[in-house]
Amino acid sequence: MTLIEELGAWLADPAHWTGPDGLLTRLLEHIALSGACLAMAVAIALPIGLWIGHTGRGAAAVIRAANIGQALPTLGVIGIILPLTANIEPYGFDLIPSIVALVALAIPPIVTNTYAGLRQVDPEAIEAGRGMGMRELQLLGLVEVPLALPSVLAGLRISAVQVVATATLAAVLGAGGLGRLIIDGIAQQDDAQLFIGALLVAILAIATELSFAGLQRLAISPGVRGRRAVRESAADA
Amino acid sequence: MPPGEPLLRPDWVVNNLDVIGERLAEHLGMTATAVGVGFVISFVLALLIRRRRALHATVVGAAGILYAIPSLALFAFLIPFSGISFVTAEIALVSYTLLILVRNILLGLDSVPSDVLEAADGMGYTSRQRLWRVELPIALPIIVAGLRIATVTTIGLVTVTSLIGQGGLGYLIVVAGINAFFPTAIYVGALLSVALAVAADALLLAVQRRLTPWSAARGETS
Repeated sequence: MTLIEELGAWLADPAHWTGPDGLLTRLLEHIALSGACLAMAVAIALPIGLWIGHTGRGAAAVIRAANIGQALPTLGVIGIILPLTANIEPYGFDLIPSIVALVALAIPPIVTNTYAGLRQVDPEAIEAGRGMGMRELQLLGLVEVPLALPSVLAGLRISAVQVVATATLAAVLGAGGLGRLIIDGIAQQDDAQLFIGALLVAILAIATELSFAGLQRLAISPGVRGRRAVRESAADA
Repeated sequence: MPPGEPLLRPDWVVNNLDVIGERLAEHLGMTATAVGVGFVISFVLALLIRRRRALHATVVGAAGILYAIPSLALFAFLIPFSGISFVTAEIALVSYTLLILVRNILLGLDSVPSDVLEAADGMGYTSRQRLWRVELPIALPIIVAGLRIATVTTIGLVTVTSLIGQGGLGYLIVVAGINAFFPTAIYVGALLSVALAVAADALLLAVQRRLTPWSAARGETS
């Protein structure tokens, strides 16, 4: 059988679509895992980025830590966490290590881009806000964040795409998600299954990239839109 | 994990230094092959783009799409064609270096001031001499910055190739460690791969500083 025929045969089986191990379940698991990890990363990274960007305090140390964090191999992080949580019921073995690794992966781009965005805000705009009698939190919320939003969202976009791509590895420990199709496909020498899994992850990653790009366009006020978004993370500089 | 199993068994590490060394060498070899081949391809692509700017969008766009494909997915795409093999792993690893390397080689070459180029032309350099003796030395810090990112990324990705039967230190993490419920192997593999990434980054930076002593003095690199 050629690969095309195998793919056709695989897709013709309804159990491969809607069964408990079907690709719709895997797709939803993948989106749920990625979304939850991204949300946790935002909850941790955004306050840190805003704090060091607004005050400038501790920025060098935090950015250095973020750069090291970006260099950590995800599979290595999963491996390091696993023995520590393996005996925690019910998710210690199959889910917690991957969640920790994915959150750790998503934090650095958000921190560095939020920081870079706030640092790029024209000091005169901040001065003007201060002159108008704004308090620190007002300055941050009404002046700095709106002006830094392109960069903040760029960080979010990088993190989101990386998390969606890397959530594939959660299947190594037996969790669900689209990686399941690939890992099982390799183990069962089922080329059709692993090909479909790979195709879906790739489409999901590119769709994530495009939807965050759309969000970026929608969320940026027309007055700021003219400015060039800083799309590269600070680490690439 | 078996209850009571310690996180690290020093005696296993001591007795298996040869296995660990082999995997470390495999990891280094796979990384060097990927970054080396990736650099040669990227260099040629960058020179082509400089000759025909119209190629820029196509090449960078294609490299960007390759880069966006998750690593395990890219391995999986290749398996029906090149099997569970070293070649499959390397094709994917090389693909991931292209975007970073092409971009930084172009950025580096574009960073050469135009008056420097004019001076070189005025001194009668041919375009090839100008490239090798003037442009590349000036571009080197930015090119090496790209090499550093590509190398660190590749070292991380090599661990993932353990899922398709290769893997270097990833073999220790996944096959000897996770699959065998043996924390010691996981820790040895994970810690060594992190250490390798940090060491490779520092080494490349040191080499670049050595090759371009003028740039460190001006604080151009970080």
